Amino acid sequence: MKNTVSASGIIAVDIDHVTKRYGSFTALQDVSLTIADNEFFTLLGPSGCGKTTLLRMIAGFEDVTEGEIYLFGDEIETLPPNKRPVNTVFQNYALFPHMTVTDNVAFGLEMLGRSKSEARARAAEMLELVQLSQFAERNPSQLSGGQQQRVALARALAPQPKVLLLDEPLSALDLKLRQAMRYELKALQRETGITFIFVTHDQEEALTMSDRIAVMSNGKLQQLGAARDIYEAPHNVFVANFIGETNLLEVSVGKVENGQATCDLGGGYALSCDAVDGVAAGAQVHLSIRPERLFLSDAPSKAESLPGTVRDNVFIGTDIQTIVALNDGLEMTVRTSNSERGNSRIFEPGRAIHVNMEAGAARLLVD
Amino acid sequence: MAAGAASGGSARSDTYKEARTWLLLPAWAVLVILVLAPVAMMLVYSFLTKEFRGGVIWEFSPAAYDQFFCNRGLFGDEPCSIEWTYILIFWRSIWQAGAATLLSLLIGFPTAYFIATRPERVRPLWVFLITIPYWVNLLIRTVSMKFVLRDQGPLNDLLMATGLIDDPLRIVNTNFAVQLGLFYSYLPFMVLPIYASVERYNFSLSEAAADLYASKWTTLRRILLPAVKPGVIAGCILVFVPSLGSFLAPDLLGGARNFMIGSLIEEQFKGNAGNWPFGAAAAMILLTMVLIILLILARQQARAQKGAG
Repeated sequence: MKNTVSASGIIAVDIDHVTKRYGSFTALQDVSLTIADNEFFTLLGPSGCGKTTLLRMIAGFEDVTEGEIYLFGDEIETLPPNKRPVNTVFQNYALFPHMTVTDNVAFGLEMLGRSKSEARARAAEMLELVQLSQFAERNPSQLSGGQQQRVALARALAPQPKVLLLDEPLSALDLKLRQAMRYELKALQRETGITFIFVTHDQEEALTMSDRIAVMSNGKLQQLGAARDIYEAPHNVFVANFIGETNLLEVSVGKVENGQATCDLGGGYALSCDAVDGVAAGAQVHLSIRPERLFLSDAPSKAESLPGTVRDNVFIGTDIQTIVALNDGLEMTVRTSNSERGNSRIFEPGRAIHVNMEAGAARLLVD
Repeated sequence: MAAGAASGGSARSDTYKEARTWLLLPAWAVLVILVLAPVAMMLVYSFLTKEFRGGVIWEFSPAAYDQFFCNRGLFGDEPCSIEWTYILIFWRSIWQAGAATLLSLLIGFPTAYFIATRPERVRPLWVFLITIPYWVNLLIRTVSMKFVLRDQGPLNDLLMATGLIDDPLRIVNTNFAVQLGLFYSYLPFMVLPIYASVERYNFSLSEAAADLYASKWTTLRRILLPAVKPGVIAGCILVFVPSLGSFLAPDLLGGARNFMIGSLIEEQFKGNAGNWPFGAAAAMILLTMVLIILLILARQQARAQKGAG
């Protein structure tokens, strides 16, 4: 047994210095994180970052090369997949094609030794939950992608697992359905109180559903935190770039004083921003500024402000994206909401303007 | 086919229909020349009168079928009572072919599964290795088998050297030897179709079953087997049917007591002692039997499919 209680409550899954190697290739390198009970936890990263490998290790489909995985305090390495109290929603659903929807959903309970009638009753309940009762006696091939996805969900939830693993479950659905399913999944997680571990490469999915997100890349954990923290305060270049859009500027740090750092952008520009641990005076680092935290004006504002020229305006529906040329070939992207107030801040290309920054918008990155 | 073309419902589909008729002609020609005509010939010959030096006299006679089913006493002048000789030979053949099929399935399924689960680039190599022994003539392989299995053969030598047995096992001239011979003759016909269906199998279904608490055995029985059933059935048919009519393995490995249909038919056409109409009749009965078995299987398959759908 390991410690099962964290400050926030019970720990559902504890990944402890886990490494996974395939021959000479390292898929996961020394990843440690804890997932709390009842949490909607997301592993986010581009393909090949190791997120699915980690999920499959929790499910028991992959061995752990080094380190331990604990499930509610118990080491599970020696347990085969069919002995682990977790269930998986597979990327391509993996519904049993020769069984009806009901038989698919009842399968797990039957395997757990419940009576046929009990398993079927519970399956009917689950199908009601995902609103598929009228398709109970159909075969999976007679259902649409979205319906199959919900059957997979019902099947994985039926045995009431302690932890539900979801491997990019929405990636095969079209956009509208995907967006609708996000809210359904989140609501389902709240209703059932089951811990969800959700794997995705879609940052929007991660941001809208998760309590906490682990951003991964190249087999390493890049940042772990609440959705908002990850977006507003990325630790490093990868996270800043991967989550949302950002202006990434190379800067050299001047003096650091009273929690404020002065950053030299080159071209005669300087900005002051919040200092972060691990960045000392003289360091060559990156600065991230979200485009929506910038606004344009004729005259410099009281905030941090840089003079430049409008190069182009790109209309993207909800927003207008303005590309501003600064001195020395520097460029910045500014996002202005497509509203009355926003549109008063749009200037035609060629116009000399000022780029103004909201307080705290510039974020120093560690590497 | 025709319905499909008609449902196209445009002038274009008519052109296709004509083209299709002509393009299918070679297929029909092959079917008629190589399948229908020989069967028709066999049917005709089975109702002709035998010539004593082999061959036939062109005169209608049901004598061949009468000889097969009716016992009319030593002088052939008694009323018909059931003749068991040939029915027993048929029964033995079915039993032997069935046992050989089962043996092939027990060995062939794991083999096919093994190949299908190797990395994709080495799979063709494994398939190739399976087929290599079959480049050698069937007769030579069957004779070699006899040498391996005989009392002083390598198999018995090995078993005695390891101390597993004290006296040589008598394998040659038993039913088991015939089953082994048939199994070895037709194993690839079992392995290849099963391999083809296991290769198409979506292994995440097995993972899903394990994830839902199914043991390995349950996963095999309830998920994998139903998914690869068409391949298993095809393999069983491909081994069972030629085993049923085979004569090399029973002749060489089974001896006189383990006579099978193939040998019975073969004898009717060999040298001057034969009886062509009787051989043709026996072949027709065999063909009818195989067709009935296949029809039953197909009916069952269709019903299972409908039940699932």
